[in-house]
Amino acid sequence: MPDGRLLRNILHFVRLLRDLGLQVDPHRARLFAQALAQVGVAERSDFYFAARSCLIYRQQDLADFDRAFEAFWRSRFRGGIPLTLPARPRRRAAESDPTPGRGPSAGIEPEPAQGVGPLAYSAAEALRQKDFAELTAEELEQVRRLMRKVAWRLGKHPGRRQRAGKGRLPDHRRTFRSSLRYGGEPLVWALRQPRPKFRPLVVLADVSGSMEPYSRVLLEFLYGLAHGLDQPPEIFVFSTRLTRITRALRSQGAEQALRGVFREVLDWSGGTRIGEALRQFNLHWARRVVSGGAVVAIISDGLDRGQTELLRSEVARLQRSCWRLMWLNPLLGSPDYEPLAQGMRAALPFVDDFLPANNLARLEELALQLQRAAARQAKAGRPAPRQAFRPPRRQVGVTSSRRRGYSL
Amino acid sequence: MDGLHSALREHSYLADRGLTTALFLALRLSRPLFLEGEAGVGKTAVATALSAALGRRLLRLQCYEGLDIHQAVYEWNYTRQMLHIRLLEARGERPQEQDLFGPAYLLRRPLLEAIDNSDPLPPVLLIDEIDRSDAEFEAYLLEVLSDFQISIPEIGTIQALHPPVVIVTSNRTREVHDALKRRCLYHWIEYPTLEREYEILTLRLPGLPDRLARQVTAFVQGLRQLELYKVPGIAETLDWAEALVALDREELELELVEDTLGALLKVQEDLAALRGDRLRQLLTQVEAAG
Repeated sequence: MPDGRLLRNILHFVRLLRDLGLQVDPHRARLFAQALAQVGVAERSDFYFAARSCLIYRQQDLADFDRAFEAFWRSRFRGGIPLTLPARPRRRAAESDPTPGRGPSAGIEPEPAQGVGPLAYSAAEALRQKDFAELTAEELEQVRRLMRKVAWRLGKHPGRRQRAGKGRLPDHRRTFRSSLRYGGEPLVWALRQPRPKFRPLVVLADVSGSMEPYSRVLLEFLYGLAHGLDQPPEIFVFSTRLTRITRALRSQGAEQALRGVFREVLDWSGGTRIGEALRQFNLHWARRVVSGGAVVAIISDGLDRGQTELLRSEVARLQRSCWRLMWLNPLLGSPDYEPLAQGMRAALPFVDDFLPANNLARLEELALQLQRAAARQAKAGRPAPRQAFRPPRRQVGVTSSRRRGYSL
Repeated sequence: MDGLHSALREHSYLADRGLTTALFLALRLSRPLFLEGEAGVGKTAVATALSAALGRRLLRLQCYEGLDIHQAVYEWNYTRQMLHIRLLEARGERPQEQDLFGPAYLLRRPLLEAIDNSDPLPPVLLIDEIDRSDAEFEAYLLEVLSDFQISIPEIGTIQALHPPVVIVTSNRTREVHDALKRRCLYHWIEYPTLEREYEILTLRLPGLPDRLARQVTAFVQGLRQLELYKVPGIAETLDWAEALVALDREELELELVEDTLGALLKVQEDLAALRGDRLRQLLTQVEAAG
């Protein structure tokens, strides 16, 4: 075991890492102490790599680790312990700047003290149909409550794991076990069947300036998704750049989770470059998060200010890599909306479901749609052709006569 | 540690200081080593080289979705059990359960073999592409990797006398649960630097002309700077260089690169983006550097 001085140094280093927000378990710190006993402390690079392989276990922590190590190693020879770290631009900036302008602030305000009573049916119904952009603060609160009641059930697809059942594959193990009961005669042939698996969901939400009226509700919606699904979805937001907020949203408590999101997203209400954001997604994330028959949902008004050609090719690529690509457009709810925006028109041919998402009723319908689509598919036992549920609603925004067929 | 480095080198694997340290610690502290990195940076190859360098057996478990205990740990040999019962019946005896579920009827899969074996030195267990398996299997691995023991209901718990050297690899096609990673030492393998890749290339392909080796490395390093859907790894560099050797070429030329680019880039969009001007540009850079 290392001597006291070394141990103290190890603990200080661990504390530096923790200050940067890295999780370091005590048992990993102990592991590091054991490792140092093996490699020694004379060589900087040995010390560095031993620390790195023991103390962190995620690639995204490497940069923070390097900064902490740099600070620690420099101070080591002065005998002192660094009390401050070089400023970490992103988090610092966000923490010292909690001005309301940074994001849709309603989402993080504490719950109002007065309770919101149960709504009469008709009032509730009216609220469900009201466009999110037109909600008053009080109504917003009610919508938030209602939204938590929406049951998010993502459809299933037949997984690769097997369970006992009435399928077609023999279950030797159970057959043999039961045969012992009959003196080794396999009278009952046990069978296995695939165990259905939840489809992964990936959400890419637009938080650019044009989406601002919706973003308060949007965040609530994303929080609800992150906590309501059996299999947590991957969630990204974008305006000029793409930010993954999956981990931030997973924090317990809506308030804390949304605070975390504001800290991470630096381009609230910025411009919209959907094509660029999707390209970043396709390059760096698609391979990791779009797998196993995933449903990808883009939430955006499609008012793109980037290159249309880029948007077209990236949406096309995204559609090829997922099981189903949905586009939720809040503007689609308004009776005279037509997808004329260039970006939207470019993307439309590659979208499997083009759905409105401007009020609660629409979102509830979406919850049903997610469930139904895959239920049909599970019955068929193999991937149903995309056409099968590309029903009239795919073209919904295009002509008013088709849109009428859309009501609940 | 230097000994480990040169032992690996003798088996044609060039590990950098970081990887060597991580491997050294995994051996000394008897901890599983979790290797992450992009595809083709030599995660699987290091396990092969390590087992050869240490003179230990390599047990490889390739993960896939749906991988379960019966394929990863053990399975009973039902056919043999059936035959045994028939045989006993023919002799007029009654089968005894404890006879049927003995070692003779046990099919041993890699995990069980790694824990319970009679090797003089504990084997190297490679759990390859853990990100392809599912959460259920990961959860099962937790027990195996922390205690190096396996429970078989019919037999009991089997404990490893000497824990195997465990290497777990992941391509990050999905996030592996933290609980599993926390039990392991962690090392992230980067793409190699120019000098390093050149060294690897000459070590693995002694027949490669020196000038071509330099050009190939410079070209691949240049490719990695571009925004590609699938960046080529060392495995691809080696494939490509091998192809060039097979074609008996001494130097990179535009036409040659165009014809053989498929060995490096496997995504149609990437190939399309690179054809023409960008390829010419990249080659000019290579010329200038070489």
